[in-house]
Parts: sequence; structure tokens; C-alpha cells
Amino acid sequence: MKFTEEHEWLRVEDDVVVVGITEHASTQLGDIVFVELPDVGTTVAKDDEVVVIESVKAASDILAPIDGEIVEVNEALVDNPTKVNEDATGDGWMFKLKVEDRSAMDEMMSEAEYNKFIA
Amino acid sequence: MTDLKRTVLFDLHVALGAKMVPFAGYEMPVQYPLGVMKEHQHTRAAAGLFDVSHMGQVILRPKSGDVADAARALETLVPVSILPLAEGRQRYALFTNEEGGITDDLMVANRGDHLFLVVNAACKNADFAHLEAHLSDTCDIEVIEDRALIALQGPAADVALAELNPAAHEMKFMDSVSMELAGAECWVSRSGYTGEDGYEISAPNASATHLAEALLLHAVVEPIGLGARDSLRLEAGLCLYGNDIDTTTSPVEAGLEWAVQKVRRTGGDRAGGFPGADRILGEFDNGASRRRVGILPAGRAPMREGTELFATDNGGAPIGKVTSGAFGPSIKGPLSMGYVAIDSAADGTQIFGEVRGKRMAATVAPMPFRPSNYKR
Repeated sequence: MKFTEEHEWLRVEDDVVVVGITEHASTQLGDIVFVELPDVGTTVAKDDEVVVIESVKAASDILAPIDGEIVEVNEALVDNPTKVNEDATGDGWMFKLKVEDRSAMDEMMSEAEYNKFIA
Repeated sequence: MTDLKRTVLFDLHVALGAKMVPFAGYEMPVQYPLGVMKEHQHTRAAAGLFDVSHMGQVILRPKSGDVADAARALETLVPVSILPLAEGRQRYALFTNEEGGITDDLMVANRGDHLFLVVNAACKNADFAHLEAHLSDTCDIEVIEDRALIALQGPAADVALAELNPAAHEMKFMDSVSMELAGAECWVSRSGYTGEDGYEISAPNASATHLAEALLLHAVVEPIGLGARDSLRLEAGLCLYGNDIDTTTSPVEAGLEWAVQKVRRTGGDRAGGFPGADRILGEFDNGASRRRVGILPAGRAPMREGTELFATDNGGAPIGKVTSGAFGPSIKGPLSMGYVAIDSAADGTQIFGEVRGKRMAATVAPMPFRPSNYKR
């Protein structure tokens, strides 16, 4: 798994990259009450705003961590946004990207580096 | 953070694991480890303890010794009937300005030989100066610095407080009495800011932590932060001063007509005689051009403070603005309050809020958003 300074995680599963927010981010945001997901088929560039999440405190944008195409979104979050708090790196995943060039992931943090980053 | 004040319960909040934030010049707990959502639900299901010591407490002591003189004096500053307020009773009131706007909302209790006022933290210094400037001929204005203020709210508040003093159980909504709690004389009212039954307790600073700890010993009582306090009061349809009411909103626009008793309105025995009476009484007679309403967004996205409101899903000028908006854990959806033009203010009117550039459907809804549980 790879991590960004924007508190996202990326995990390669077969030929797609699964993206979500870190447990640290979900804790900081507080109880999440609303998730707005992008349309499947959307082509996104790094740093595009792709997901809006609202917690009991405020709204936040989730940015695309890498160039790609949205091939699947976690529809379960629409009715159950608290899954993000309960299982940020599992059931709380947000979208899956088809990524042509994964080389940008090499620059991202490992779990140990991310833990140091947030410490 | 250096010039932020702390309440006497600061060390207790830290020990309980609170996340402290600046609020109205104080370092206050916004949430505890339970989290905003669970704190909200716990208060509705059992009982929540809130530190509201940042609020202002002040006594109006009549120089004549007759509390009626303090009541008459206070009536020159509020469009509210204070004179008939019986000893041991409390009432909601508003300070108004010459333009008919609201400079603060407050609670007024008749404590026998004096009136006891509780005002908002952010307004308290201005309120104290206002009282001093206008009422010091008839009253001694005693600002209370040596007492904390604790709210205990929720259906189990009665059981928890009655264990410390059975007299608490006998109180009715808006009663205000003195009683001994955890070894100290406290001034207790059966009131609150959550839509639930509960109490607000003025306790000597020296005893406040002991009292809070005694209440927290109950399995049913959890500490609750400002985050849940906001969603609780919003579901109850209660105004937050500075958001939902301010110097630009009149009591009639704010839908607070119930707080202005008939005796202070046109034709009443003590009609007018408060700041802004011309505008406020005029609005009673002729209506206001806008009104504070409840708003239920159709989707799950909260319409937060500042969201512009429209009559249609496309084009047109805004008809109003959201003044408070959040997710309501008990109604399990987003909810807002705000001001809309009077022709869009009827319950059931479809309106639209612009969220992130998109017009989202919403409905004007009656408040409170859920029934309140006061012990009448």
C-alpha cells in the first residue's frame, strides 16, 4: 500500500488501483455523514477534486492521487458513509482507477513513512 | 492561544480526553473520545454533561429591595413581560437595539429579591455594559465571576440529578431554585439547549469540578462537547446567537413572536417601551419581509451556514441564506435553518440551496425538527 501527503492510500488490486482515505484522516475528520462519488468512466488528472466528503464538522475534497480513469466507485458509502470511519482502508474504499502509468506511485510513502509523516 | 480564557473545568476536560478549541474567547471542549455523533445520540438516549461556564451570569439587584423594580427596569431593554414572572420561575428574553435587531438572547430568572440573567459568552461584556449604562439607577449590576455553569441534559438527567438532591425531581420546565448539590449551594433551573428535559446548574467555582465528577460517576452520564451541542440545539430548532439571530434580525423575522408576550405588543398594558419597539410592533401588525424557517435538504448533503437559497433550480436572485446547517444524528439526515423571503416561508415550500455550484432541492419544514421532551 502507498500513502500520500493528502492522507490517501492506494492499493494495487489486479489491474486497478483502489483509493481511500487513511484511518488518521477519518479520525481527524470525525464522523462522516455524506460522501459524493464521481461518475464511473470519468478521466481524472492528479489533484482533480473527485470526491466530496462531509463530516459532522465540515466538508472536504478528496483529490485524485494519480492520473487515471474511474472504473468503479464504492456505492455502499452513499447510504453508509460511516463505513469510512469504521474501516478506512477496507470497506471504506472510495474509488478504483485504471492507471496507465503507475510510476508516480514509486514516489509515494510506504506505510512506515506515512506513520512517521503523521507522527 | 495565549489570551484564551479557561473555565474551572478545563483540567477535567483534558483528563477526560477532550479536544479543546477556541470558542468565544475560551478554550472549550468540542468533543470527547466518544465523538460528536455518539455524544449527540447519548444525550438523546440517556444524559449529557456540558460545561457552559463561558456564558455570562449576572444579577440585577433592585436598590429598592423590591424585585418588581428590577423587572420594570429590565422591561425597558427587552420586548418581554418580566413583571409577572413569579419567584422561582425563568423565562427566555431578547435584548433589542434601536433598529429592532437582536443584540443577544438570554434567560431571566426571578430569584426572590433579585433577577438572575444568563447571557451568551460572545456578547457578555457588551451586555454587562448595556445593563450598567441603562439600569444602574435602579439596580446594582453584579457580574458573577465566581460561579461555573453546567448543563445536564437528556431523559436520564432527572434520575442522575435527583440522586444528588431529590428536590431536582420535583422541578418543572423553567423552574429556577436554589438547592444543595455535592455540598455546595447551586442555582438550578430545569431548562437547556438540546430539546431534552434537563437542568442548568450554576455552581460555585470551588465546587464545580467535584459536582461534575459526581454526575459523571453515573453510568448514564457522559461529557458532551460543543459539536454535539450544536446538532442537538439545531434539531430542537433553537437559535444560535450570531448565526440565526443578530443585530440585523428582528424578533418577528426570527419567528420568536412567542417570546414577546401580548402585554408588550400593541394594545397591551405595557406595550412598547423597549428599544426598536416601532419596528418590532410594526412587524407584528404588518408582517416582516423575511422569516427564519427550518429547511430539510432532499439529499444527504448538508446545507451549511452561508448556503444561498433560491426559489427555482435555475436562475433568479437568491431568496435567502442558510444561517445554521449540519447533519442531524437523530433525524438521520441533513437539516438547516435560515432566512427566506416571506412568500417562500410556508411549511412545505420547495426551495433550492446552492451547494458546490449545484442547486439541490430542499423543503421548508416546521421546527423543532423532532418533538422536544420538556417536563411541563
